[in-house]
Parts: sequence; structure tokens; C-alpha cells
Amino acid sequence: MTAAERPRLRITDSTLRDGSHAMRHQFTEEQVRATVHSLDAAGVEVVEVAHGDGLGGSSFNYGFSRTDELRLIAAAVDEATSAQIAVLLLPGVGTVEDLQAAHAVGASVARIATHCTEADVSTQHFAEARELGMETVGFLMLSHRLAPADLAQQARTMVDAGAQCVYVVDSAGHMILTDAQLRIEALVAAIGRDAQVGFHGHQNLSLGVANSVLAYRAGATQLDGALCGLGAGAGNSPTEVLVAVLERLGIPTGVDVGAVSAGAEDVVRPYIPRLPWTDRASITQGVVGVYSSFLLHAELAAARYDVPAHLILERAGAAGFVGGQEDMIIDIALKLAAEAAAAPTG
Amino acid sequence: MSTLVAAIVGPGNIGIDLLAKLERSTCIDVRYMVGVDEASEGLAIATRKGVETSAGGVPWLLSRPELPDLVFEATSAGAHLVNAPRYVDAGIRAVDLTPAMVGPLVCPAVNIDAHLDAWNTNMITCGGQATIPVVHAVSRVATVEYAEIVASIASRSAGPGTRANIDEFTQTTARAVAEVGGAARGKAIIILNPVDPPMLMRDTVFCSLPEEVDRDAVAASIAQMVAEVQSYVPGYRMVAEPQFDDPREDWGGRGRVAVFLEVEGNGDYLPPFAGNLDIMTSAAVRVGERIAQAVPA
Repeated sequence: MTAAERPRLRITDSTLRDGSHAMRHQFTEEQVRATVHSLDAAGVEVVEVAHGDGLGGSSFNYGFSRTDELRLIAAAVDEATSAQIAVLLLPGVGTVEDLQAAHAVGASVARIATHCTEADVSTQHFAEARELGMETVGFLMLSHRLAPADLAQQARTMVDAGAQCVYVVDSAGHMILTDAQLRIEALVAAIGRDAQVGFHGHQNLSLGVANSVLAYRAGATQLDGALCGLGAGAGNSPTEVLVAVLERLGIPTGVDVGAVSAGAEDVVRPYIPRLPWTDRASITQGVVGVYSSFLLHAELAAARYDVPAHLILERAGAAGFVGGQEDMIIDIALKLAAEAAAAPTG
Repeated sequence: MSTLVAAIVGPGNIGIDLLAKLERSTCIDVRYMVGVDEASEGLAIATRKGVETSAGGVPWLLSRPELPDLVFEATSAGAHLVNAPRYVDAGIRAVDLTPAMVGPLVCPAVNIDAHLDAWNTNMITCGGQATIPVVHAVSRVATVEYAEIVASIASRSAGPGTRANIDEFTQTTARAVAEVGGAARGKAIIILNPVDPPMLMRDTVFCSLPEEVDRDAVAASIAQMVAEVQSYVPGYRMVAEPQFDDPREDWGGRGRVAVFLEVEGNGDYLPPFAGNLDIMTSAAVRVGERIAQAVPA
């Protein structure tokens, strides 16, 4: 497409969805309202609100939501004056009924997420989202695990099912620069005539923003961020840094840098119990390519069974577990504890 | 006990694996296998095994001089909805491996005794067959306000039907976790994992527990139930002892037991990693045999 045809870059803020992982899904309605109010005023066009593992994610396996997510979504819709409210749905965790319920309280963007090789499980959810008149976005999680050409095929499956944009999702924060660029280029070549392409970065190796810039240059027109980087693992690309960098590069986003930075500092920072950080465990996730939301579950299991969190995450990477298999973290911890007990001492 | 004459409708992977298992049965004699495709590999395999086969579908089956007593349906929910009333009209009982849910939801280790005279029994889902026995094992000795199951299966063992309607799995399994398993509320999660070589089916069961609970009784009940399932699914096992957690505020003040399961297939026709398919066919065979045993000779 030519420069004139290219839509303006759109920022989606996921503080209230990916950030839910880092908050152990304990968001209150007041926190959601204040965050949406601030993002909306700063000119962010799409704000994602849901349990970290998507609609229906409230569970033993992923953590129970303190506040029903439909109440949070309704509050976000009520607070926003121009921003659209997006929801995430992982087929296998949430269902079309959850999507209908979110739509009924005013969510207007449906982001449907599958593991990067399993795009065809999203067909019924895209169909329902389009039927409801929602804007649709596909989310190919752990995109680093597929070569660019194969990933592009999966993106095609989502577009054929009804996706209007497909994201390369660096769920493990594993991608290093060209890893992101080549995947975006492959998707733009495969689906660019029919759909947009987006990028969702994580900071486990500190490259979320840099990868996002390369993604933009490779043709991505939607980018994700989160205020203060609030997200799984070492967090997401911080929205306030992302828009500041894009502004310096002369790339319009429609987001006011000063206002979004104020939102990060004055609204979000005060309620974060622990800032996402590149500690040993989250760096391990980036290195071995483990789903970022495993982090806090690995820390819990590490404390419960007295084994190191980074070793749990290394095993999770070696086993090839995918997003959603949080139950396997306890399983690994039990095995590590048994091995430690069996090892000779002294 | 009688020997029942049986037919398998649907000569796909499930149907062929069923045939391999039923060949070992002493009370079920598979006489017919039907499909709708002349070129079906499954029909060719069944023919070589001496089974009467046809691509003429259910109409051919119902025109046999000797009708089967029992049909195992391994087609699709849509096909079974059409076929189910025909079987009843012909006096044939059906064990339904599709998600059609015409008949009661049955898990042989839990509630087959209550449905031995049903014309139609539904085998729920693979994840349901693997986890509902454990939910029941807990709920028969403690109040389970909420049970949640997570089923992880190899991508290669999930066919196009499952993929096109994955909500059918989550909704049906969640319903059966409550109705058959005995939890007040149920939730089900399914994850497809593409790792190569393919992973064995893994299932995790979480049950909420009241503050005051006899953990030894819960653990003993689970162990007894796992042995019962192993009697018809040899590759079914716990990979660790049940894990008990103390009550937590964010769990509504309740405690939890977590049970970690693995299902290795028998490798009859389907590969061993496809424990999800094996547990369905194994459970269906068990249901068929229990029905046969209940019929007076």
C-alpha cells in the first residue's frame, strides 16, 4: 500500500487486561474508571479491559477476579467518551456467550487470541463477533515459535474467519528486533490487502518498544502498550514510552505524550503493588520463550514447594507449554521438589 | 449376560479404534461398520477384519436381515441427531460418542448403573471422561461448591470438528462436571499444544473444599476412583499425589485439592499420545459391555 493509503497508527492500551496479570486480577472498579478516564483524555483510541487470560479467565488455574469483569467492562464503557473498549477472548477458556455478554455491556472490539499454530479454533468466535457488529482483531500468541511464513498462514486463517487485523504477539518477550520485523513483513505480505497487522510486545528482554518501532516500519498499523508497562512477565511496552518514541520519530498516534505520561505516573503507578521488572525469572522467560503470565504462578509454586522460580520457567520452556497451561507449573514444581529430595546431600 | 450384536457408525479414526477394542470384548460382537464414503480406509480395514461393511450409511444398516442390538455412533452431532430416532424406532440402543447429547451424559466410573436401560447414552467429551470421575470422587466425600478442569491435548489429536466448535467442549464438559461430577458449579478449559513429539493428554482437576475437610478421606476416594478408571483405561494415571491447599480469601474462604492426571492411549489404532481419543473409545466400550451384562441371556 502507498503512504497515502496507510491508516494512521493506532495505539491500544492493555493496562486493564494484560496488566491484570501483574495485579493478580485484583482490579477495582475505581481503578478501572480512573485509568480509562486518563487514557481517554490522552487520546488513546482503544482500551482493553478483561481478566488477564481473557473473558471467562477467572478461575483456580489463572486466578479469580476480585471484581466481575463484566462490571469492569461496563464501568470502562461508561467512563470513556471517545475511546472504544476492547475485550480479549481465548477460545478454550472463554466462549461466544462471554463475548455476547461483553458486547451487551458495550465492548465494541473483540480480540480473539489463539496459540500461534492453532488459529482455526477461533473461527466461531470471529463469526460471532462480526455478527454482533464488533471490530475484530486476531492475536497469535507466542508468535516467536513459528517461522514468518508459517505465521502468515495462520494469520490468513484468522482473516478468512473474519479478523480485520492480526497481531504478532510476542507473549514471551523473546523476539529480538528482526524477529519482530520479519514476522510483521510476512503478515503484511500475506494479509495486507485484506486486513491490518499489529504488534504486541513484552519487556522481558527490554525490547518491547524497539520491536514495536520496527514493526511499524515493517507495516504494522496497530501497536499495544500498557501504562507503566503493567503486564505479564517484565510487562508490556510502556504506552507512555511508546508514544514518546513515536512522536520523536514524527509518527502521529493521536495520543498526547504529556497526558499519557501523567496518567502513568499519577493514576496507575500509585495502585501497582509491584512494578514489572526484568528480574531473573522474567529474563529467563524472555530467553527460553515462556508465556509471560506464567511468572507470578511460578513464583507462587516456587514459594509453596521451595524450588527456584526460574528453574520452573526453564522446564516450562523445554516442555513447550503454551499459554493457558498454568496448571503444569505446579506439576513442574512437584517434580523439581521430588528431584531435590532425592538428590544426595553433603 | 448376553452377547450383543453391534454396529459402528462412522469409520473414522474413532470408529476404527473402537473396532480394535471391541474385537477383544467377550460380550460384544461387531458385525457391521457403516460410512458414507466408498473410499473410506476405515471400511477397508473393517472388511479385512471380517466385518460386514457398507458406504450406504444408516439406511443400509437398518435394512439388514438381522439388526444390531447396539450401535456405537462416531460420526458428528448433526448426523447423530438425524440417526438417533431411527435407532429407537428400530429397537436399537445407541452409545453416542458425538457431542449431540440426545441421551443422558454418562461416565462409566460414575453413573452407568443409573442409565443401563437408556436407549441412548452420551459419552460427554474426552476431557469429561478423564476428569469427572475425580470430581465425583471428591464430591462423594466432601462438599464441592466449585470444580474446574483443565484438559491439554496434542494439537494433532484435535480434529476439524473439535476445532470448528471448541465452545461445545468447554460448555458440555462444564455442565457435566456439575451434573455428573457432583460439583455445585463447574468450569472447563481446553488447551491445544502443538509440541513435537506430541504430548500425552494431561488433565488437571481443581475442586474447592470446605474449611473443615478430611483430607485423608478425599485422597483415598480419589485413589480408589483412579484405580476404577484404570480398569477400562490402562493408560490413565495420577502423575503426583493430590495437592491440598489451605483456604484462601480469594477462593471465597475455601480450600482446594488439585489432581494431576495423564492419559496415555493404548495404541490400538490411534497413536499413544492421543489419550483423549483413547479414553473416549475405552469408556464407550465399557458402557457397551455394562449394557450387555445387564441384558438377560
